[in-house]
Amino acid sequence: MNNPLITLDRVNKAFADRPVLQNISLQLMQGEITTLIGPNGAGKSTLVRIILGLVEPDSGSVSPADRLKIGYMPQKISIDPSLPISTSRFLQLANTSNHACHEALEMVGISHLAKSPIQSLSGGELQRALLARAILRKPNFLVLDEPVQGVDVMGQNALYTMIAKLSKSLNCGILMVSHDLHLVMSATDQVICLNQHICCQGHPEQVTKDPAYLDIFGQTKAIYTHKHDHQHSIHGEVLDGQGNHQHGEGCNHD
Amino acid sequence: MTNFILYALLAGLGVALVAGPLGCFVVWRRMAYFGDTLAHSALLGVSIGVLLDINLSITVAAIPLLMALGLVYLEQRGILSLDTLLGILSHSALATGLVLISLLPDVRVDLMSLLFGDLLSVTVSDLWVIYAVAGTVILLLLVLWKPLINITVHADLAEVEGVKVSAVRTALMLITALVIAIAMKIVGVLLITALLIIPAATARRVSNTPEQMAITASIIAMLTVLMGLGMSWYVDTPAGPSVVVCGALLFMGSLVFRQKS
Repeated sequence: MNNPLITLDRVNKAFADRPVLQNISLQLMQGEITTLIGPNGAGKSTLVRIILGLVEPDSGSVSPADRLKIGYMPQKISIDPSLPISTSRFLQLANTSNHACHEALEMVGISHLAKSPIQSLSGGELQRALLARAILRKPNFLVLDEPVQGVDVMGQNALYTMIAKLSKSLNCGILMVSHDLHLVMSATDQVICLNQHICCQGHPEQVTKDPAYLDIFGQTKAIYTHKHDHQHSIHGEVLDGQGNHQHGEGCNHD
Repeated sequence: MTNFILYALLAGLGVALVAGPLGCFVVWRRMAYFGDTLAHSALLGVSIGVLLDINLSITVAAIPLLMALGLVYLEQRGILSLDTLLGILSHSALATGLVLISLLPDVRVDLMSLLFGDLLSVTVSDLWVIYAVAGTVILLLLVLWKPLINITVHADLAEVEGVKVSAVRTALMLITALVIAIAMKIVGVLLITALLIIPAATARRVSNTPEQMAITASIIAMLTVLMGLGMSWYVDTPAGPSVVVCGALLFMGSLVFRQKS
């Protein structure tokens, strides 16, 4: 179960001399859900692109497992309306088997939209279609870039629940990106706070039983917490007791 | 019917055959301005070919291709937006081509035929070139069809799923440069984009799948060529612009159909 899917060792990346990622070392495991959180500009997307193999790091190593098979759910997708393409055809781009496409659409609960043009799907439906395409090739590692973007609160709840279920049934590792500190699902095994360097990482705590949240999210939903030895500013930066940003190892931003 | 009109017809139909599916990619990938830039640079190809005494068929394909590769390089360096880069390159290429042609003292180049096409002067050897290129383009499109659709939908997703995105993208540029080289004879550098996008836009209204749209666009482009040549023959209008006018009329006619989604 606990085999590493991909290992990053002291990865650095800069764009036009501006460091975006510094000294990132991490390991993502089979069967574990890892959530990547951090403020805008923290380098989340760049880190994801490095893990996907779309961007080469400047230094450091990225070692994927031999049997690594990635399913990727991009943050957003805009297909020109001039391209006539149905949802099932969109899925077939990843896997030609018609049967597998229908199975995937059924798993995410939008099989009734198979014939609809992909451009006509609502925000939540489109996220489900993207999720269906990500799981189509039977991956052992799912990379979900802000999977609930543009989805209302109830829909977010449903999507997170679905992702948790999928990870169990596929027994795959999941890397999920969120910029929301407060709304990360309870099923997360590991949380990584990124702000160019890894500020902190760890296991989230027990389900919060705040009645106000249970009101909104129901029983399946919980709010993520983990113990901080520090405070975050409203931008998510790590602050010390005096409210100053505390620099991690090898970190030299302001 | 005399030979020259038969040659014109065959040449026009050969170009229309490949302009349809390629035009679809131009529309889907919003490459109209890009196509225009490559077409304008084909004029530069003519003047360089004449200047260096190289076969024109080669330079009118090579210069747009070099232009396309240069564009990719400049865009990746992120100096200016693609839109601005295209604007600079498109018009500089056209202007440089015109200036170079005017500098050639001993050569009389018919500028109008370069700008608007000279369908009625097609020779048998032109026909060979057109059909060899069209055959190559169709072969490339058939082989690369799925990855081409895949990168059009989402390049990163395609790459993660194993598509060699930059190779496929380069192949599409090569195809575009080839089609421009043969389409130049038919409609001239200023109207090539019209021959690419008008049939595709017309086909969109009656198509449900990418394949349907590509084939329909091909048929519509061929119909456009037939109508344009007929108009040129009976009303004595310039052939290239007549083809484009007929294309525009067909597009307007297609507006009565409710767009299939």
